[in-house]
Amino acid sequence: MAQLKEAPTLDCLPIGSATRVLTIEGGTTDPVGSRLTDLGFIAGTPIKVVRRAPLGDPTVLELRGYQMCLRRAEMQRILVEQVRD
Amino acid sequence: MSCHAPSHAVDCGGEHDIRIALIGSPNAGKTTIFNGLTGFHAKTGNYPGVTVTRSLGEVKVGDERVVIEDLPGTYSLNPVSPDEQVVLDALNGDIGDEDPPQALIVVVDATTVQRSLLLVAQVLELRKPTLVVVTMIDELADRGGRLDLDRLQASLGTPVIGVVGTKKIGLPQIRDMLPSAAEWPTPVLPPPADPVERSEWISSILESVLHEQPEGHRGSARIDAVLMHPILGVAVFLGVMFVFFQVIFSWAVPLQNAVSSFFDWLGVLVQDFVPWAPVAAFLSDGVIAGVGTVLQFLPQIILLFLLISFLENVGYMSRAALLMDRVMGKFGLEGRAFVSLLSSYACAVPGIMSTRTIPSSKDRIATIMVAPLMTCSARLPVYTLLIAAFVPAISIAGPIGLQGTVLFGLYMLGTFSAILGAALLKRTKLKGETLPFYMEMPPYRVPGIKVVAIQCWDSSKYFIRKAGTIILGTSILLWILLHVPLVTPPPELDQAGQTQYQLEKSVAGSIGRGVEPVFNPLGFTWEINVAIIASLSAREVFVSTLGQISAAESDTDVGVTTALEQQTRVDGTPVFNGPTVAAILLFFVYALQCMSTVAVMRRETGKWRWPVAAFITYFALAWMAAFIGNRVVTAITSG
Repeated sequence: MAQLKEAPTLDCLPIGSATRVLTIEGGTTDPVGSRLTDLGFIAGTPIKVVRRAPLGDPTVLELRGYQMCLRRAEMQRILVEQVRD
Repeated sequence: MSCHAPSHAVDCGGEHDIRIALIGSPNAGKTTIFNGLTGFHAKTGNYPGVTVTRSLGEVKVGDERVVIEDLPGTYSLNPVSPDEQVVLDALNGDIGDEDPPQALIVVVDATTVQRSLLLVAQVLELRKPTLVVVTMIDELADRGGRLDLDRLQASLGTPVIGVVGTKKIGLPQIRDMLPSAAEWPTPVLPPPADPVERSEWISSILESVLHEQPEGHRGSARIDAVLMHPILGVAVFLGVMFVFFQVIFSWAVPLQNAVSSFFDWLGVLVQDFVPWAPVAAFLSDGVIAGVGTVLQFLPQIILLFLLISFLENVGYMSRAALLMDRVMGKFGLEGRAFVSLLSSYACAVPGIMSTRTIPSSKDRIATIMVAPLMTCSARLPVYTLLIAAFVPAISIAGPIGLQGTVLFGLYMLGTFSAILGAALLKRTKLKGETLPFYMEMPPYRVPGIKVVAIQCWDSSKYFIRKAGTIILGTSILLWILLHVPLVTPPPELDQAGQTQYQLEKSVAGSIGRGVEPVFNPLGFTWEINVAIIASLSAREVFVSTLGQISAAESDTDVGVTTALEQQTRVDGTPVFNGPTVAAILLFFVYALQCMSTVAVMRRETGKWRWPVAAFITYFALAWMAAFIGNRVVTAITSG
């Protein structure tokens, strides 16, 4: 679990970064976790931060061949792999 | 098969029909398939107990009648709200004593098949005969992607049909397959239930169907670089809003005048050709004038709906929602509510219907409840008539005139009240619910003319229906109430006095006098009371009613504006003084004077509770705002 402690959440990543989903914090059984899973935020899924809305939130993400917008609150639930430079 | 659930007046089909449910994520092209199969003859209602629209359509294949149920677009069959639960209940046959559908059609967008297979997996878990329909295969090829449908059929173990909705490719094959729906093969093994294993299952399927992800929509990325730019994006957004209001205020005016002249001409024609004067007067002043008053807004409404439908189909509405989400979020709503409220500037009815895209039922109800506060186009004739006639055309600072400022102020008051109202509802009655916010960003697409035209017509026909039913009915009723009982006025009165006498003694006159205790504090006279009561059916009726009354009262044919200016109270002062005009304008900002809106609120929320609460609350607000307006203007003008 040490790895998870250090894992950044999706909202911390800068625009343009690409990484993979590690896990959903708090599990996948509550409404938010379950819905994020069904939207495709599943461990191992490659994900890209495309752009932020002009007013700074929500953020447009690219995964599984489509673009989905999430607000900061939901992105904080998604742990991702460290972005390698 | 029967359907006794009380709150959906939808024919679920007869005893021996084949029933099929259509499932797919939003934007997958589900509605195109549904319309293509059923030919736009959907019956809509509500699922029992929730704010979710249910639509059923029929297909005749040979002698077989197939009923297709178009389920709300969804990314998942794991319900996280009561709204989504009821859709699952419908699939499982847990609604009343209704049977479940015998088979399922799941619609998959070829360009997003990586994600869509997650939904397919959940559908296959239901273990029902399933047909997979793959849309946008042409776009996939154009963007250099690949997907072998024969192999997909083999790996899924279900029939697969590729469709190009705009060219009708694939639809005949689907139709031919419908009668044998109960025999569609089901896969031997359901897909794995664990998310990670399921993700691997999808990867293996994608590999076997030689899937190649289409290149990102390069055009879309370039357009978004501008439209979602922190400065340029906001500028374009404001530009679009500017055009939107230009359409309402200026561009539609010539067309509006044309329609209005047409009805004037028709009225004169009827008066010339109908021999018996009372019938001629009834037809021209009651029926034609009443319906014409409303239909003159049709060009404006059609233009607005064309614009909205175009922006939506191009993909801009999603961007506008994304841009506004942060602002709307401050008031407890989300970006999509902005689009609904924007449509409500044209008319609350389509605005309320467009809330169907909002997944959270509490957000949806909050938006529905405040949509009537947005200044719809039906308030415009009331505002413009009263402002032009009674607000002095003076400048308050340089080129900024008082008349324009008052109109702008009324729009702002409505808008801010709506947003504050939503925030209040979300903090009290509609509190709670931890639904995540998510919204797909579709690539920009060139919209099909037919799709835009059909959407525009779908929304506009409500307006026409309203003119043909509610407005027509009210106009006729009002005309009769203004003219019965027939009384013999004292012969010593002149002609104007005689008409005045008749009006005061009419049923409408008695009603107007009867409610005087309620409206006197606002400075209203019985004539205004009659117009207010009549306008509870539809706001525009206020103008035509005042027109009917003042035309009847004034001895010469001087037009509504002059006739209104000439009207006097018992003490000889004008009926329309500053405080009274201010009170009427403020009354119209809040009052829910629109039976079509009440009806659509009932239909979309599935309960009478909401429209009734809205009607009472907004009436109380309207009265208070009007009272305050009256007092403030009295204080200013006398001090």
